[in-house]
Amino acid sequence: MLPCTGRIDESLLLKAFENGADGVMVIGCLEGDCHYVSGNIRARARVERVYAILEKIKIGPKRIRMYNLSAGEGSKFAAFANEFVDQIREIGPSPINLVRAGKAQVVTEKEAT
Amino acid sequence: MITGTPKPIEEILEMLEPYDNIVLAGCHGCVTVCRVGGEKEVQVLASTLRLAREAAGRKINIREVSLERQCDPEYVEQMRPYMKDYQAVLSIACGAGIQFLAEKFTTTPSLPGINTGFLGVTERQGEWAERCQGCGDCVLHLTGGICPVTRCAKSLFHGPCGGSVQGICEVDKEVKCGWQLIIDRLTALDQLENYGKLKPYKGWNTSRDGGPRRIIREDMI
Repeated sequence: MLPCTGRIDESLLLKAFENGADGVMVIGCLEGDCHYVSGNIRARARVERVYAILEKIKIGPKRIRMYNLSAGEGSKFAAFANEFVDQIREIGPSPINLVRAGKAQVVTEKEAT
Repeated sequence: MITGTPKPIEEILEMLEPYDNIVLAGCHGCVTVCRVGGEKEVQVLASTLRLAREAAGRKINIREVSLERQCDPEYVEQMRPYMKDYQAVLSIACGAGIQFLAEKFTTTPSLPGINTGFLGVTERQGEWAERCQGCGDCVLHLTGGICPVTRCAKSLFHGPCGGSVQGICEVDKEVKCGWQLIIDRLTALDQLENYGKLKPYKGWNTSRDGGPRRIIREDMI
């Protein structure tokens, strides 16, 4: 249980991919509205760093995205969740899951960088 | 602190090509402060390497450790019980730490995960600047606390030189002239007479010119 997206660090996000996630969606409070002042701003910077890492290792940067919402925006949350799930379905399973499922189109080491 | 920057991930993956079972060692010292080789960076790099290698169809086993300091034997020795079980150690400590691991574990290849930078200070979050070159003969008391060896591109002892224009060094328009800084500071401190106390030449025998240096404190042995 995280009290704030500011607690999320890069290793937590990468662990999700190691554990088999095809995509990770981070939802923080609206910018300027963080109970801990700048937790959501810090989270965004960390998500951007993970975005760069995923791009470098060819897992695919589009598999991670940060959204900002207030607790009262239920319908917007549902719309964002659907949008992200559609995006991940379009990209397909992560290369890690393809390898694990034995359907590997293995990314060569050269391609992985 | 000793600063550093991460090596590109492709360079690290190339280094690790022969290995499937490694230790990734961080350090709680300087490299933690400059966010390049601490416990968090160990976790992030280990995950990144595991993901890249698994996507390439060749998994890698990584033992993640983070020592109090990689430059002190008592902490490095904590790794000895398990080092024989691994093919290599990737260190994200400074060059001193990486070399110390190589010295202590002679049958295990020691690989650098970062490029070590310089002795410097944090000017603001994410920005570090060089302040000391460890020349072994400090003159900061005569130069207003500004080091001519580090801050002057030529390490002059009688600057500013002709390449100083309006307080900017000729090597880069972003670099302030170290000697202009010294003169301005001495003037502000009303200590300009210190300029005349500097040695006409500097003995570099306490610096790197005599090869790798050693400090022996008889009172501590």
